[in-house]
Amino acid sequence: MTDQDALVRFDNVEKFFPVPKGFIAGLRSRGDGEAVRAVDDVSFEIKRGEVLGLAGESGSGKSTVGRLALRLLDPTAGTVYFDGVDLAILKSEEMRKTRSRMQVVFQDPLASLNPRMTIGQAVAHPAQIHMPELSTKQRREEVYEMFSAVGLDPPAYYYDKYPHQISGGQRQRVVMARGLITRPDLIVADEPIAMADVSVQALLLDLMMKLKDEFNLTYLFITHDLATTKYLCDRIAIMYLGKIVEIGTLREVFTNPEHPYTKALLSAVPVPDPRHRRTEPLPQGEIPNPINPPPGCHFHPRCAIAAKGICDVDVPKLLPWRDEEDHLISCHLRTGAHQDLDPERQNT
Amino acid sequence: MTDDIIYSIRDLDVEYDTRVGGVRAVDNLTLDIRKGEILGLVGESGCGKSTLGKAMMRTISTPGHIIGGELWFEGTDLMTLSEKQMSDVRGDKIGMVFQDPMTSLNPLMKISDHLTEAIRTHYPEVSEQAARERAIEVVKELGIRPERIDDYPHQFSGGMRQRIMIALVLALNGSLIIADEPTTALDVIVEAQFLDTLRDLREEFELTILLITHNIGVVAELADRVAVMYAGKIVEIADVDPLFLDTKHPYSRGLLSSVPNIDVDNQELYKMEGAPPNLIAPPAGCRFHPRCPYAVELCANEEPDLLATNGIEQQASCWIYSDREGRPTEDVS
Repeated sequence: MTDQDALVRFDNVEKFFPVPKGFIAGLRSRGDGEAVRAVDDVSFEIKRGEVLGLAGESGSGKSTVGRLALRLLDPTAGTVYFDGVDLAILKSEEMRKTRSRMQVVFQDPLASLNPRMTIGQAVAHPAQIHMPELSTKQRREEVYEMFSAVGLDPPAYYYDKYPHQISGGQRQRVVMARGLITRPDLIVADEPIAMADVSVQALLLDLMMKLKDEFNLTYLFITHDLATTKYLCDRIAIMYLGKIVEIGTLREVFTNPEHPYTKALLSAVPVPDPRHRRTEPLPQGEIPNPINPPPGCHFHPRCAIAAKGICDVDVPKLLPWRDEEDHLISCHLRTGAHQDLDPERQNT
Repeated sequence: MTDDIIYSIRDLDVEYDTRVGGVRAVDNLTLDIRKGEILGLVGESGCGKSTLGKAMMRTISTPGHIIGGELWFEGTDLMTLSEKQMSDVRGDKIGMVFQDPMTSLNPLMKISDHLTEAIRTHYPEVSEQAARERAIEVVKELGIRPERIDDYPHQFSGGMRQRIMIALVLALNGSLIIADEPTTALDVIVEAQFLDTLRDLREEFELTILLITHNIGVVAELADRVAVMYAGKIVEIADVDPLFLDTKHPYSRGLLSSVPNIDVDNQELYKMEGAPPNLIAPPAGCRFHPRCPYAVELCANEEPDLLATNGIEQQASCWIYSDREGRPTEDVS
């Protein structure tokens, strides 16, 4: 059943966060309270050596997916597999060993680094925990090697610097080096370049590509910036209100986006060319509250092609687009049972 | 010609005091903003673009100071006004919109109270009722349902709060909006909606907008004219088309070609060497010369002025466009 090539697999994963209620309201209602449906029945795989982009607007649940993949959160339902193993059944010692094979890079490198540790110590720290067999000297050599790999040259110059003494782009390189020292298989990168200036972003994207080849990495690249996914991702998943609405190879999704939300999202991306004009009308309004997402397809209240009595009632499934096994879309009118109602199909 | 200019910055210097010396965040900067235009001001963090926006409102706070220069707005040099006179200009004639609208809105005040208070502060003769009617009129203009006017800021989404900031300017018939990273906290679809709103309002109310941002795509989409800032100076200024399609300054070229473009296949991103200079001790000559692929000796010794390149409408501060002996050329092997 489990694909041997899949390093990460989500099977119908749900993550609900209960909404705290006032004391009186809690006494009155009892039983089930409201919940934020951050991740709502999500299934996907990341193959070994692959870069999967996970894109969506704030509140779409993309960061929660990243945390579930690392088991920083436990799912409410469903199973998260890492290298074929259900993460939820691992005992703490086994989980600790598995963790050295998965690392995370967050948006703000300053928040990820202890201001009272030199960056050399910061990078050596995971090696101390996960590779206790190394001598102090070996560990330092290992850190130097990681510094060189991420472009902090000469390593001895940087070893004793504190995070506030280096630039933002260099700090993100330190975080990458710290992640790589345990030789992980998976890197979850949650908006890793969002805080960097454009000229630094280009350098960091380039570095991530280089490191992927050098260390045989698999990435889950979480971002709100669709334009940057092009440089890194093999496949991309688009999330909206806790659900994946479209997933496929980057080329396929970018050249033939079929879900109405994906189309609108791609068209709204600002393009650095004054001759560019948007090709799709913008959806009305903003993402609704994830506490009470709309029934049926979560996108239907903002969707230009939504069909009454269908899209507002039934939840669509991710299904292949025109027999393309690796391009899945969850839309009643595009891949579901009601394709005859698709206005675009009727026009052609 | 000068009638077209709504705001004119002349030889502006802004400095921040630090323990190790003054940081010249805006250095001898001259810029004209034309009536009715959307002028994009782009640059990377620390280039001085936000400081420039604040200086235009005279809201630089210590340790920062305006060291010198003139700020001409509607025939008056704002530098000559008293603090009291200046606060009448602020919010009335010139409005400011920031990245995070929540810091500009009082969480304990209803949206309607924000608007009526703004109107009645500047126009005390207006009745409460008339101010409220005016408030309803402007929020409608911004696509917000009038019944939501009595909600509190936290009940509004990020995009709607940003619209309220614009409503505050419109309620007072302001003519110039300084928008500092107005869409940076917004998601792409909301950002695109907000940009459309700005474009429509500019037409309808003949607004002038200074759009300060690091987002090159947003500028390409909205601006009529673009100024590129580097290390406290404007290095290039031109209409949006020539600036993007026939970029002159080596820094602008590097900046624009390091921006990912979702529409271009197999785009090679430019990787700029080095980092912006420390403004306590900026490099001599052209401030970009240590990172510039074309730099020659002249660039390290003397600082270029903004020079006409494609006629007077496109200017770049680069010796390439001068007729100086020993000037750099674009041919690099």
